Amino acid sequence: MTDLSCNVLVIGAGPGGYVAAIRAGQLGLETIIVEQKAHGGTCLNIGCIPSKALIHAAQEFFAVREASGGHSKLGIRTSDVRIDLAKTVAWKDGIVRQLTGGVSGLLKKAGVRSVQGRARIVDGKTVAVETADGVVRISCRNLVIATGSRPVEVPSLPFGGNILSSTEALSLTAVPETLAVVGGGYIGLEIGTAYAKLGAKVSIFEAKPHILPQYDEELSRPVVARLKALGVAVHVNAMVEGYDSDQSMLRVRTGSEVTESAAEKVLVTVGRQPALEDLGLDQLRLDMEGRFIRTDTRGQTSMRGVYAIGDVTGEPMLAHRAMAQGEIVADAMVGHGGGWDKRAIPAVCFTDPELVVAGLLPDQARDTGRDVGVATYPLQANGRALTLERPDGFVRIVFDKPSGLVLGLQAVGAGCSELAGEFALALEMCATLTDIAATIHAHPTLGETVQEAALMGLGKALHA
Amino acid sequence: MAIRTIRLPDVGEGVTEAEVAEILVKPGDLVREDDPIAAVMTDKATVEITSAYSGKVVWIGGEVGKTLAIGSDLIRIEDDTAAGAEEEPKAVPVAEPATVAQSVTPVEPAKQTTPSPISAVDSGTRTAVSSPQPMPPNAAIPPRAEGAPVLASPAVRQRARDGGIDLRQVSGSGPAGRITHADLDSLFQQAGQGGGAATSSLQPQPETVETVKVAGLRRMIARRMSEANASIPHITVVEEVDVTEIEALRVKLNETRGDRPKLTLLPLIAAALVKAKQSNPKIFARYDDEADEVQYSSAVHIGIATMTDGGLMVPVLRHAEALDLFGMATEIGRLSEACRKNKAKREELSGSTITITSLGPLGAIATTPIINKPEVAILGINRMAVRPSWNGTAFVPRTMMNISASFDHRVIDGWDAAVFVQKMKVLLETPAMIFMKD
Repeated sequence: MTDLSCNVLVIGAGPGGYVAAIRAGQLGLETIIVEQKAHGGTCLNIGCIPSKALIHAAQEFFAVREASGGHSKLGIRTSDVRIDLAKTVAWKDGIVRQLTGGVSGLLKKAGVRSVQGRARIVDGKTVAVETADGVVRISCRNLVIATGSRPVEVPSLPFGGNILSSTEALSLTAVPETLAVVGGGYIGLEIGTAYAKLGAKVSIFEAKPHILPQYDEELSRPVVARLKALGVAVHVNAMVEGYDSDQSMLRVRTGSEVTESAAEKVLVTVGRQPALEDLGLDQLRLDMEGRFIRTDTRGQTSMRGVYAIGDVTGEPMLAHRAMAQGEIVADAMVGHGGGWDKRAIPAVCFTDPELVVAGLLPDQARDTGRDVGVATYPLQANGRALTLERPDGFVRIVFDKPSGLVLGLQAVGAGCSELAGEFALALEMCATLTDIAATIHAHPTLGETVQEAALMGLGKALHA
Repeated sequence: MAIRTIRLPDVGEGVTEAEVAEILVKPGDLVREDDPIAAVMTDKATVEITSAYSGKVVWIGGEVGKTLAIGSDLIRIEDDTAAGAEEEPKAVPVAEPATVAQSVTPVEPAKQTTPSPISAVDSGTRTAVSSPQPMPPNAAIPPRAEGAPVLASPAVRQRARDGGIDLRQVSGSGPAGRITHADLDSLFQQAGQGGGAATSSLQPQPETVETVKVAGLRRMIARRMSEANASIPHITVVEEVDVTEIEALRVKLNETRGDRPKLTLLPLIAAALVKAKQSNPKIFARYDDEADEVQYSSAVHIGIATMTDGGLMVPVLRHAEALDLFGMATEIGRLSEACRKNKAKREELSGSTITITSLGPLGAIATTPIINKPEVAILGINRMAVRPSWNGTAFVPRTMMNISASFDHRVIDGWDAAVFVQKMKVLLETPAMIFMKD
């Protein structure tokens, strides 16, 4: 058994863990990061990045296929369109390799030592890591738990064979003829839409009354319309009861009616759960908040010197939240910073059209008892949206009427994910409608719609 | 040359701020890495801060008594080892509080005695973290409403944090009540004007006022006293006790003590408390306000209010029930000495279940002791004196002493308080009963 010691030991090299380790290393703390698989975690390896790669490839293929069918308004003509999905996946894997390799390099540059293996907590200051060369025992002054999350399994649809989690769905080498997506949240919609564009016949089954249930229907409506246009069948209030792998049929109950739906592959995306099993967490008896580890604003758990960040600490399970937490715990360990005081965590769904939200939705704002105003500006009135052939969608600003303080921003539209930064900045800076309206937005861009929405809120719209 | 900044590190205890108890360097001093540069005090311990760099001190960010937010700039050092390097604040490792010796620095030696004890270190008391020292709000701006959201950009928030300003106390002059850099400028300017000690030389001032910062242990005592007095409804019972017999016993025991320490009345009173617990267990308890729970311990841990140069401290005579009189005397002597030399450990200053406070010969006829929170009772010992006592046929000289016992009326009813005081009176007047097995 090898013994190592360090000041900071990070378990998990996802976006939260690697950021915490890099910053701790930069702050001069002797740091070790333990990862069972590749650096980068879910986000880089089997989540954000590969899914966006697949979504992009699918969109490109779809556009060319539309052209080949004579549907291009742009006058583009082509023929004999095919996709070699194995090659697409290899391209995607290349991007993943490039990025995970980059993370490894950044960790090394910051002086962080990497240990590959499965970590098991012995006590609050000691972790045993099963590596290829035997068990390494690491003692540390500060422990950071950043083990992330894993997909939730549905008992009637255990993963394996034709039942896929998002991980397998991102590495298929052939487009299935029929794909059933169980769960109408953003992960299922993103991957389902991509496969629909690649030529699969996709059906989505959502147990709640509408897809993207965490958002209001006004926001999800353009997405539903696009799914319909892409030939995706959306079933709501639908409970999946089981799968017949011989017949490739999915059994679904809607109310009292049970129907069967053809599904060569079934993608299950009903949520994610913190990855805390087999970690030895019971040794620490940390205070929990439901299934998540309870932390304070500095990422400190109920045990001194033990921190937790990212998906193990709760919703929203987003890479950029984990990254921000990673920085905070590294600063906390050296006595810097003041803890979590963010006003907004933007969230993006890379559906088609894309959907981006930051801050409060209209109903959430009204629930605070404020006098709330809502200004909505359609992409249809935006030049850039028209040149991109995508006038569907809108930008919406939720604001406090008396003061004009911006409380939330939302957008749905092709390419709108890039507005996430402006939305978050506006909220973080406590911008008012006047601030946004008085800021010159470049023409012609989709971002102009944000300025126009602010002008509408002020009753001074120019282009509406 | 590079200017290095040492910031106030996280001193543990889950606190967001700490009070500067001592600054050990001054501008111009040369320090080496790991040299102690300051000491800060949290509710529970004083922690020494060491330098992370070697070089010349060029700036000091705090003064004794000032409360700084964790992460605030504390000291800047001109470091000549890294020419051309950019300013780079560095972490200052903090020793685990459990291993840090208590180094309370007396700032203002207490001149007046008080019958009310306070424990400088008490792990059992959860004291709410107070807000950083409130800054005077900008007079031109209406005060921020209670619970109103704090609107400030990240840069303003960072600057406030570094400067130890709680933005919840600050009103913003910007749009929608946003706090601006100008608002902070104004606050820093006001704070920099000082405490108003400066007076115009043109205007004769017959009266001079010396303003002394309430800091260090004295400030801790002040806070804890206010908190105990404000949150506990006290009732105080005063009773006259004839201590002639117990005094005679004490004198007798001292005559034959040999090498053992000289007995004062304190161990005898402690022994009486141990005995009284058998019939009055409710009096020996700790009240957890937050959990609405009262904890009764089987042990008798007696806090002994002790005057030190730095102020009042309360070391704990642990497991008094397991000690004999001389054992208690030895332990009380050791604890008092440790407190006076600032060597008392954290565990020696916490965990008491009742406290004795005594002013000895300086004591009065009666006092109103303040309970050592979170306990529920305190026993005050007043001055002993020979007074005439009517024995039914004649006045006889007897050694008399009053005891003043205060109780937490939330959990101790007047009846129980009176029963306990009467029990103590009986035990102290008939000392044989203290040592009698029931």
